[in-house]
Amino acid sequence: MTTITETGRVAGAPRRGLAGRIVGRAGGGVLRVVLVLVALFWLMPTLGLFAASLRSQTDNSASGWWTLFTKPAQLTVSAYEGLLSGGWFVPSFWNTILITVPATLAVVIIGALAAYAFAWIEFPGRDWLFVLVVGLLVVPIQMGLIPVAKLYGALHIMGTIPGVVIFHVAFGLPFAVFMLRNFFVGIPRDLLEAARMDGGGEWTIFRRVILPLGMPAIASLGIFQFLWVWNDLLVALVFSDTDTQPMTKALQGQMRQFGTNIDIIAPGAFLSLIVPLIVFLAFQRYYVQGVMAGSVK
Amino acid sequence: MTAADEAPSAMADGAAPPDAPRGSRTGTMNPSRWLAAGFLAPALVLLGFIVVYPIVFTVIRSFFDATGNRFVGVGNYTNMFTDQQTLVSIRNTAIWVVVAPTVVTALGLVFAVLTERIKWSAAFKLIVFMPMAVSFLASGVIFRLVYQQSPDSGVANAIITSVHDTFAPSSSYPGAHPRPNADLAPQGKAYATKTAARPGQAVLLPLVGMKAADLPKGAAKAVQAAARPGALTGTVWLDFTLGGGGAPGKLDPAEKGMPAMTVEAVSGGRTVQTATTGDDGTFAFTGLKPGSYTVRLAASNFAAPYGGVTWLGPALITPSIIGAYVWVWAGFAMVLIAAGLAAIPREALEAARVDGATEWQVFRRVTMPLLAPVLTVVFVTLAINVLKIFDLVFIIAPGSVQSNASVLALDMWRDSFGGGNDYGLGSAVSVVLFILVVPAMIMNIRRFRREQG
Repeated sequence: MTTITETGRVAGAPRRGLAGRIVGRAGGGVLRVVLVLVALFWLMPTLGLFAASLRSQTDNSASGWWTLFTKPAQLTVSAYEGLLSGGWFVPSFWNTILITVPATLAVVIIGALAAYAFAWIEFPGRDWLFVLVVGLLVVPIQMGLIPVAKLYGALHIMGTIPGVVIFHVAFGLPFAVFMLRNFFVGIPRDLLEAARMDGGGEWTIFRRVILPLGMPAIASLGIFQFLWVWNDLLVALVFSDTDTQPMTKALQGQMRQFGTNIDIIAPGAFLSLIVPLIVFLAFQRYYVQGVMAGSVK
Repeated sequence: MTAADEAPSAMADGAAPPDAPRGSRTGTMNPSRWLAAGFLAPALVLLGFIVVYPIVFTVIRSFFDATGNRFVGVGNYTNMFTDQQTLVSIRNTAIWVVVAPTVVTALGLVFAVLTERIKWSAAFKLIVFMPMAVSFLASGVIFRLVYQQSPDSGVANAIITSVHDTFAPSSSYPGAHPRPNADLAPQGKAYATKTAARPGQAVLLPLVGMKAADLPKGAAKAVQAAARPGALTGTVWLDFTLGGGGAPGKLDPAEKGMPAMTVEAVSGGRTVQTATTGDDGTFAFTGLKPGSYTVRLAASNFAAPYGGVTWLGPALITPSIIGAYVWVWAGFAMVLIAAGLAAIPREALEAARVDGATEWQVFRRVTMPLLAPVLTVVFVTLAINVLKIFDLVFIIAPGSVQSNASVLALDMWRDSFGGGNDYGLGSAVSVVLFILVVPAMIMNIRRFRREQG
């Protein structure tokens, strides 16, 4: 909880905040009320989804989710039971994991290797090559969809999980290399020299020095990439099949009958967002750093 | 194969001495191009095959027709800029790129300033930032629920209608209407007696068309109004006995009056007096001049309840989806701007205060200019992100209005995969998207070079 504000502390600054000083003492109470209202406003939509997922389809079409608080008897997990016994949702949950975990690990490993080379191995054309990577940061994934679909068709991996994973890894790499290289560059040279004195090769230095010291950046990247891939819909729509589709695509398929399908969509959407939410809450410091580093993408 | 892979070998001959890091902070440990190649190979192969080669391919593909066999020059592009659907998408994308980053950045600035040094700002920031962790699919589902039309299921309309009804109470009898054979005829949305009434008479105004259970709580057994000299009286009641047994047009024992109904006495086209029915449905106009009057039940009694805003209709769909986007991204802008605020040197602010500037002037003249670079980064990041917006539009816009809500990234998918099956047109849309991010690409490279000195 403390991490997001850590940057907000300046030694010797006046006790009252900027807004507090502008609105003066009288406005302070109003300010607090406004902030509480804003926070409630931000929580309400997600709370609504959760509440709707705990009511029956009949209740949801008859009245709003907020009546759950006045009539707690509506509370039921039948929507979740129905969803989990439906036979299509659970496989899509596993597919999401089968796509997200390898895609995250691969981006971190491949990205770290390249970032190390860019940071600490002198080779001809290094700067130019890295500028190219920086250039690739903002390339829309739409540029890759059609050619890669054709490529996958030729390789017979269209509609497979490895196909989805490879696409995610490739389009995640520019950011991974960019972010990790910028971090690795800051590792003190002395530590690398010392490792070399002890007779370590590049591989040993990478494993014994770079990886441990680069952990904060690697963790940020890992969390960022994990959430990115977990939440993806477009890549899944193009490259996955009905038996390899992740949750996002499976749920999207239910949107057509939104009104009559809330008992499927609400619990499904909630289950699909609860994992990222837990990951975010557990590692928020790393995620916020990753997002801030990503403000070039 | 690609520029990425050729670059090292092309540069090899004229390479600078390995010990000269060309102004970069990085240095040499062990100059070895083979070693470097080993570390770089997996990344370069993937980037080459899945990113760089496709960029080239997509550009070329955009000059061929749907089958890919016929060269059509700029045909796909001219199609794009003349096709009605794509023009809608271009317009929507333009709205998105201008409105969404502006609103998000402004809101982020407001939040960052408001929460600066507030004790529980960490909790506030956590709550506002949280949607960033959630997929656009889930956010889309969340906002489809928020924007439901019926105030009984969509929270946005529930709030709006309850605020609306607080200031302009809705009628109590929507849908109520006279019995077909009663002495009442529609007059606009009001109902008026067909035969004229005179003071001293008591009229019966039977209505049907609603459930007895929906009557206001105070409604009591309907009674026959007493005829009084000089007064025009009457009864408005729900002429329906549950389970049958009532006679049409008669005041049966189980039937209730309709309270708080506005009744007008009309003479010569003018409303001369207004009365309100009591709990038993009776009303009285007193002190009327002799003559004949029409008794009218005012239209306001029957007005349909206010249904809220049509968020997901063709007119409002894009602003509604932008609203959802703002909800997701405001936390991002807030966190970045808050970090920027914290980095502003205190001396600059103090100097301005010593010179007698008010806090507002300090904010306008010192804080804002120093914050400008951060605001620019936030705005540009959001603009690039918004150009590629796909999921949120795809999920929130119901099928019937999806063509009204469409944006370029959605068009690209629909043209190539979602039924269009035209890779030529899809490639052209992709290339346009790509061209739009090129300025950001150049900016990134420039910034990087500057930072490297």
